[in-house]
Amino acid sequence: MTAVASSDAAASSQADVTAEIETIAAAYADGVAGIETQPRLDYPPYRSSQLRHPTKAPQQADPEGVELWAPVFGERDLDGSEADLTAQHDGEPIGERIVVEGRVVDGAGRPVRHQLVEVWQANAAGRYIHQRDQHPAPLDPHFTGMGRCLTDADGVYRFTTIKPGPYPWRNHRNAWRPAHIHFSLFGTEFTQRMVTQMYFPGDPLFALDPIYQSVVDPAARARLVATYDHELTQPEWCTGYRWDIVLTGAHRTLMEADTHADAGVAR
Amino acid sequence: MTLTPTPGQTVGPFFGYALPFPRDNELVAPDAPNAVRLHGRVLDGHGDPVPDAILELWQTDADGTVVQEQGSLRRDPATFTGFGRASTDDDGHYSFTTLTPGAPFFAVTVFARGLLNRLFTRAYLPGATDAFLDGLDPDRRSTLLTTTDKTGSMETGPMTGYRFDVHLQGERETVFLSYPRHEA
Repeated sequence: MTAVASSDAAASSQADVTAEIETIAAAYADGVAGIETQPRLDYPPYRSSQLRHPTKAPQQADPEGVELWAPVFGERDLDGSEADLTAQHDGEPIGERIVVEGRVVDGAGRPVRHQLVEVWQANAAGRYIHQRDQHPAPLDPHFTGMGRCLTDADGVYRFTTIKPGPYPWRNHRNAWRPAHIHFSLFGTEFTQRMVTQMYFPGDPLFALDPIYQSVVDPAARARLVATYDHELTQPEWCTGYRWDIVLTGAHRTLMEADTHADAGVAR
Repeated sequence: MTLTPTPGQTVGPFFGYALPFPRDNELVAPDAPNAVRLHGRVLDGHGDPVPDAILELWQTDADGTVVQEQGSLRRDPATFTGFGRASTDDDGHYSFTTLTPGAPFFAVTVFARGLLNRLFTRAYLPGATDAFLDGLDPDRRSTLLTTTDKTGSMETGPMTGYRFDVHLQGERETVFLSYPRHEA
């Protein structure tokens, strides 16, 4: 009798996926190619990437016009309460209250000032409020899991939230994502736009997770992990994590020096 | 000093309650004078729709000026900010209402579940030409050119549409861009 190919029957095991991850990591470690600081777009252990990655090398372009500028966000776009994810409802969410703080800088180390930072995350039980999340863990009526803030004059952002739980997904059988907070970042120009995920130190799921491991360089991967910081921990209130973010370099300052007229005109 | 950039990661499947905002895809209201539609589909390597993608649009105003105004997240009809977001529907379709930029292209950024890092591209106005386009393989150049169509509704009447499909992979794979400082 031929088994009906259900998605479960077709699914790989964690051991299969871990073996694939380790093979890719070993090939990278043995390779003579340069350091890879970004995730691979073509990373077969993350099954959904297979039909969604470009196969051709990106085309080199000199940024022009709008690409040399970023959209401006400000007090008009959000209010201060959006930075406290524990205060968006009438009651307190369940979970470990934390503060996450860090500095956003560009590739030259300059602070990205007064720019938008957006975060979203699962609740303490590992459940997203999103309607497509079918994980049978409880929703928290006091937690949405979405926040926004502006960086300050020194590039510093700060959110109060609860620590998210790990959650299951269907990449392979018994697949679990390490706990993480999604971050969306803008720089001073559009070429610096980035969406990423922040992880927590010491997560036992790191070695098993194809999304985290898609950054094949161990030092690069470690840049996604926050640091526990007792200086941010507040007595009788919450623990603190620090996560600094570096965007790619800006082009505009360089170009203004010699080709100001081509660098776009902003009002 | 050159610092190593933090790695990107996929936007994942659950951005839908976080990144969208009211009227995020209406840089101008659909019934505004001179409103145009920039729309198309996001498709994977099999040509199937990508229903969990979100695109960002960043463009000049009609005069070619780069706008530096607050208010994208809380839109005010009097302020054109040049920035918007549009999520794809079950058919992979996205749509913005905006102005025809006074510049050759719309800057577009693509995020999706299954896509491990953002992709940058340009949606050029029909018939546009510049040094970047001219430097492309002729077979691939057309992936960056919008085509004109007519859209609109009973409410808005006919509206000029610019059609721009994004092929993440495959024979008609869209040209995606990398900038010099991405290498550092």
